[in-house]
Amino acid sequence: MKTVRLVLTRTLFYVVVALVGTFFVLPLLWLLVAPFDVKANLAVALPTHPTLANFRAVLNNAFAMRALTRNTIIQAGGTMLGTTFIATLAAYALSRTAVPAKDLLVYMLMLFSSVVTGTAAMVPIFLLIYHLGLIDTQLAVILTLTGGLLPSGIFMMRDFVEAIPRSYEESALVAGANSFQVFRDVVLPLVRPGMMVVAIWAFVNAWGTFLIPFILLRSPENMPASVAIYSFYTEAGTPIITLVSAYALLYTIPVVVLYLLVNWRYGFRFFGGIKR
Amino acid sequence: MAKIVLEHVFKQFGAVTAVNDVTLTLDDGKFFALLGPSGCGKTTTLRLIAGLETPTSGRISIGDTDVSDLPPRARDVAMVFQDYALYPHMTILDNIGYPLKVRGVPKSEIRSRVNDVAHSLQIAPLLDRRPGQLSGGQQQRAAVARAVVHRPQVFLFDEPLSNLDAKLRLEARAFLKHLQQEVGITSVYVTHDQAEAMALADGIAVMHQGKLVQVGSPLEVYRRPQTTFVAAFIGSPPMNLIPCRLERTPEALFLAGRDFRLDITPLRPSVPTDLANGATVTMGIRPEHLALVPAGSPQAIPGRVYVVQPLGSETLVDLFVDGATVCVRLFVDEPPHLAEQVWLQPDLARLRLYYASGDLAM
Repeated sequence: MKTVRLVLTRTLFYVVVALVGTFFVLPLLWLLVAPFDVKANLAVALPTHPTLANFRAVLNNAFAMRALTRNTIIQAGGTMLGTTFIATLAAYALSRTAVPAKDLLVYMLMLFSSVVTGTAAMVPIFLLIYHLGLIDTQLAVILTLTGGLLPSGIFMMRDFVEAIPRSYEESALVAGANSFQVFRDVVLPLVRPGMMVVAIWAFVNAWGTFLIPFILLRSPENMPASVAIYSFYTEAGTPIITLVSAYALLYTIPVVVLYLLVNWRYGFRFFGGIKR
Repeated sequence: MAKIVLEHVFKQFGAVTAVNDVTLTLDDGKFFALLGPSGCGKTTTLRLIAGLETPTSGRISIGDTDVSDLPPRARDVAMVFQDYALYPHMTILDNIGYPLKVRGVPKSEIRSRVNDVAHSLQIAPLLDRRPGQLSGGQQQRAAVARAVVHRPQVFLFDEPLSNLDAKLRLEARAFLKHLQQEVGITSVYVTHDQAEAMALADGIAVMHQGKLVQVGSPLEVYRRPQTTFVAAFIGSPPMNLIPCRLERTPEALFLAGRDFRLDITPLRPSVPTDLANGATVTMGIRPEHLALVPAGSPQAIPGRVYVVQPLGSETLVDLFVDGATVCVRLFVDEPPHLAEQVWLQPDLARLRLYYASGDLAM
């Protein structure tokens, strides 16, 4: 009796896990097979005649390619640099200065940032950028994305900065360094792993973002890939599956490469400060 | 090379007064120790001199300059931290050269000066390594090298030997003293180890709960502790403090305990007159100033042996006297046995008397 129960529960467990797994894996599998099929549809099936024609068609679309190779990189790269740099400075200041109710400030910052973003802030952000005269510029997108990612970025950097013992900075101060030299020579090198984490996180977040570029950009020359993918839809509004899937695959490649690179180089271990 | 003067320096952290009205003059070229138990304010005082903390009130001068409001880099001091604080991502060469780098010294000169200092401290072969690859003693010498290389006016040491093992500590102690005597730079050394302070310093300032309790040369502080706190802190083992009663007659003076009565008439001129007959005092006598005498000897204090600790060069014997524990240093081949009744005779010339308040009377 007991073994029957055991076998039943085990089977049930595996069935549930398989279903959940399939739910997640199927779209990825589709992404791997559909671009190579001239007659691609929404089913996951190995192509009868694998071909690169879809890719050729996509690569011929200058607008879409520029979007992918230039605009998305500018926006994601700019956001990455802005977020990392500002978050590091802010985390350093927050960690080393005595601001009253500091913790409360940080938590409120995080709270508000998660509430007032994206859809909720769509109209105010548009109006703000419009009044700044920055509509239809990459700068607007970079600034808005950076602003949205900063609270979480600061939060992440703070832990890394806190882990550095203060005696390194004090020793540099007594050695004769000013605050900037202390930051550049002592803090920055030690906090580099944290900066890498924030940089990659910001890059990946900005890479796939749709709403902000969609609202703030007008001309096709400035559109990133997330918006440009719509150019592979027919006038009627239905997606051309072959082209959309090929473009989507190309779109994911840089992020996958980045992941593999970081994993190989750093192994995703997070080094804290080393106390001597 | 500079004199350091602290005038009525206070430092408060919220409700806590870490440094309480400290006035101190540290002479040029001398090695000065700030000594006291944990939490007495000695490290805070050192950090005030360094500029890592700003005094709540009071003034600090180095040389002829009032530095109270100046940042560390304007004070021309160098500090060796308890954990050495060698930058882990830089080589030893870059570590030692850092004070020169931030002052804009050209690279070639940095290299030659660092080489000189490294040679004199015997760490020249280690210049291309990282701090993590060095032993504790080597790291300590690298930290000292970094302090020495830019020839400051003042050296500050924050318990630099506490992370070393016992043998290395003794070697490093001798090396530091020799170094200071050679370069002649005014040095301030914070420690809780009284033997270290005694061995190294030209002058000691004993601190307790933020206040200066006594300032003087090591021998002065050792021979004439101003309070029972200093008496019990300096010396290993510390001074014996035995509560007793002063008995004054027109011709004689006695110290009376439960089991003994010492005639201290020869010391009468030195005993303050405000100690009346029957006054409660504390008698202070160091373990090495008590001699073992046969039973029945005059001027003897009886005690029962509680523990015997043979140290090789000497034997420490703890005894119960009047209910309190007294320690005596013996240099005999046959120490007494456990629970044996013995008699101790104090050297009257070395006797100290303290008021009930703890201050020195004689």
